[in-house]
Amino acid sequence: MIARRLGLLVSAILLFLPLGSVADDIIMTRSTLPFPEAMLALQQSIGEHGYTVSRVQRIDIGLTGMGYKTDKYRIVFAGKIDEIRVMTEKSPQLAAYLPPKIAIFAEEGQTVLVTLNPELYAEIAGDAIDPVIFDRWTSDLRSIFDDVNTAN
Amino acid sequence: MTGMHKRDVYMRLICGTILLLLAVQISAAPNGRQLYVAHCSACHGDQGHGGVGVPLSLPSFLDSVDDRFLAVTIRQGRPGRVMPSFPRLSDAQIAAIVGYIRSWSDKPAPRYSPLPVKGDVKNGSLLYAKHCASCHGENGEGGTGTGVTFSRRRELPIIAPALNNSGFLAAASDEMIRQTLQLGRAGTPMGSFLEKGLGEQEIDDVISFVRSFAQDQDEGTKTVAANKDKIIRVASPYSLEETVENLKDAIVSQNFILIRTDLLEHGLVKEADENPKQVILHFCNFKFLFDALAVDPRVGMFLPCRVTVTETDAGVFVSAINPEYMSHLFNNAELDQYCKQMHDVYVTILEDATL
Repeated sequence: MIARRLGLLVSAILLFLPLGSVADDIIMTRSTLPFPEAMLALQQSIGEHGYTVSRVQRIDIGLTGMGYKTDKYRIVFAGKIDEIRVMTEKSPQLAAYLPPKIAIFAEEGQTVLVTLNPELYAEIAGDAIDPVIFDRWTSDLRSIFDDVNTAN
Repeated sequence: MTGMHKRDVYMRLICGTILLLLAVQISAAPNGRQLYVAHCSACHGDQGHGGVGVPLSLPSFLDSVDDRFLAVTIRQGRPGRVMPSFPRLSDAQIAAIVGYIRSWSDKPAPRYSPLPVKGDVKNGSLLYAKHCASCHGENGEGGTGTGVTFSRRRELPIIAPALNNSGFLAAASDEMIRQTLQLGRAGTPMGSFLEKGLGEQEIDDVISFVRSFAQDQDEGTKTVAANKDKIIRVASPYSLEETVENLKDAIVSQNFILIRTDLLEHGLVKEADENPKQVILHFCNFKFLFDALAVDPRVGMFLPCRVTVTETDAGVFVSAINPEYMSHLFNNAELDQYCKQMHDVYVTILEDATL
């Protein structure tokens, strides 16, 4: 009974939350920091949120040679091993998307970050995995992006 | 405390919370700047100078668009042209964003009549072909690219809008289009048609022709349907090791370069603890990569290309993301052909490796 009422309370709270906070397919942000500082802030915040950066992949080799205005484009892979193991065990289809990654690239003196909303993973996993975990990933990603935005 | 009393307490708690939230919602007007930063600045820049999106703070832009144009654009977006729709923002939130964008100009917002102009569509089509089609496309499909992003020349402050786009046609009134045609947009390639020698009636003819695009709205700009499978996945009759070797051959045969092969858990745990039954092959075709990035720099989040091989009790499986599904996430019709092409490459690689 208590759980049901709490559920009702949570639903009521969600009903009155700003609608703009509802998930988008792609999460993007722009940091006014130059690329190196934004990259540093990103990796630091990822760690502070309890995730491990597993790899930083350069995508920019030869970009300037092809006429691009920047050579700063990286993909940051990050995750929590325990969660990733649970996911690949309970929903093997998710392996194609894991570990999650963030694209980070320079645009003039600023930096753009973009990533897929983990809510998509919940759609793939279906009932196999508690969707709360993907909600938290989404929340953490937004928090990480906020950190990069507010870093000096 | 009795059961009845407990229920009363819970009900009061729920009602009180709802009333409190309601009061907060009513008293706290949406913050336009915060909303802009959250939803717009990534593409349009923190000061509206443009980026993936158009430069909203350009004076000639703000002088020529009314608040309705901005609000409808935010609400409906531009289907297939990167600018997403925001159906979940409230009217008050959109108004707040418009107000913030408007704060970049010290001039009042123009006001336009919603009434249509009366023009000759046939004459308008001739004038359009002569004066507009070179930038806006023969059928109003607009310029290519996503804006002044890292992949485009920065001396171009804006790309020609798609005039046949349902979002544009819904947002722009005839009078707003007339104003733009008459005065042009300083700081962009859009010049004044009055200075080009067109009369007011001829400009109305062009507007009527542009409005006729509504009959076949968004032709050619529809994104790939979102109901595609999110994953391409096939079973392999071979062992994990054999499948990985087959994939290496298949990747190279598709003119892609194998960048590296590692385990899915690589970097997340000590090497000795990595699960050897989950292998990722990363590969790339740089020409394809550059072309795709030029169309939309956000595609990097699905790069480099990869296939994943897993072995479980159910057998060996090879999987990849489905780029055709991903395509609709970007709302970028130009990207569709690349996603289709990449989908076909993935399918071929997976089939070749598991035959």
